[in-house]
Amino acid sequence: MLDLRLYMAQRISAMVMAPLVLGHIAVMIYAIQGGLSTAEILSRTQGSVFWFLFYGLFVVAVSIHAAIGLRVIAHEWLRLRGAALALLTWGIGLVLLFMGARAVTAVTLL
Amino acid sequence: MEQAEQTHLEVTVRRGNADGGKDEVFRVPVFDNQTILDVVSWIQQYSDPTLTYRFACRVGMCGSCAMMVNGKPRWTCRTHVNKVLDGKKLHIAPLRNLPVIKDLAVDMDPFFDKWVEAEGKHHPTKTRDDPIEQINPESAERIEANAGIECINCSVCYAACDTVAGNPDYLGPAALQRAWTLFNDAKNEDKQTILDAVSGTSGCHNCHSMGSCTHYCPNDLNPMAAVAGLKRETAKSFFRRRKNA
Repeated sequence: MLDLRLYMAQRISAMVMAPLVLGHIAVMIYAIQGGLSTAEILSRTQGSVFWFLFYGLFVVAVSIHAAIGLRVIAHEWLRLRGAALALLTWGIGLVLLFMGARAVTAVTLL
Repeated sequence: MEQAEQTHLEVTVRRGNADGGKDEVFRVPVFDNQTILDVVSWIQQYSDPTLTYRFACRVGMCGSCAMMVNGKPRWTCRTHVNKVLDGKKLHIAPLRNLPVIKDLAVDMDPFFDKWVEAEGKHHPTKTRDDPIEQINPESAERIEANAGIECINCSVCYAACDTVAGNPDYLGPAALQRAWTLFNDAKNEDKQTILDAVSGTSGCHNCHSMGSCTHYCPNDLNPMAAVAGLKRETAKSFFRRRKNA
């Protein structure tokens, strides 16, 4: 249940996610070496445009990628069609976007 | 060998029609070099003349006789019993992913309709009045096109495809391989029409590259690579169109 546009959206969002995931894991490993408290983490992320864009972009890519991926599974395994399938796709995308955006703004906005 | 001593096979055949069916067991004598089609023919000739199945050439050319044999799609005329025997047992059923007409004969219409849907038809570049175009057999496009032309339309790949099973509208490996062959054919124009035909909601982008088509193709073709080729070319055309828009 993928046309070319959905296929491209999913592939491009995957390409966006790949370096961000590696960056995320690298920073996690590097940052906790000396032990790090929540307050210390927040002091570095809050007000940082870089981390806002880094995780903001990640959340957008995840929302697109996961919504399309789950759409395919729902179509092939649960036999969802038409409006129900569109609703599920948009629903998953928007819920992930909302939850992710909430987390990103909480950590990066002052 | 144990099989050489065996005098009979226990053959379970799926009987029925579109409304349902049941398994029926037959005892079939063993012969040397016996194929699955020989087994089915023996049942029809000596045990139950009402058994319905389909075949024509018996030599792997026509693509008529494909069936599910012990759960796997096979061209039955070229499948030897001793290669696929599960102990002493053989289970023969109509091809998967296609509607059953009766017993082992399936309705191939959806399979061939999808060839047309995928623009798997010739779009000529010239008329009969033009001189015949010379084609370089070594060109990359011709080599790519040659890879798919031995398809005998047996629908084994279509029956093997789990994506077709989950998504019955999906065009399937054979139709998409035909589209890819024509896309690479220098004597076939209107390439964008082919790319558009395979880019819809039932098109090549639904393929998960599981590879059953290539694994089971009796002619050792590689429909999965053809579908990958279509994905590549449609992705390129996606960016090209954005640029030109």
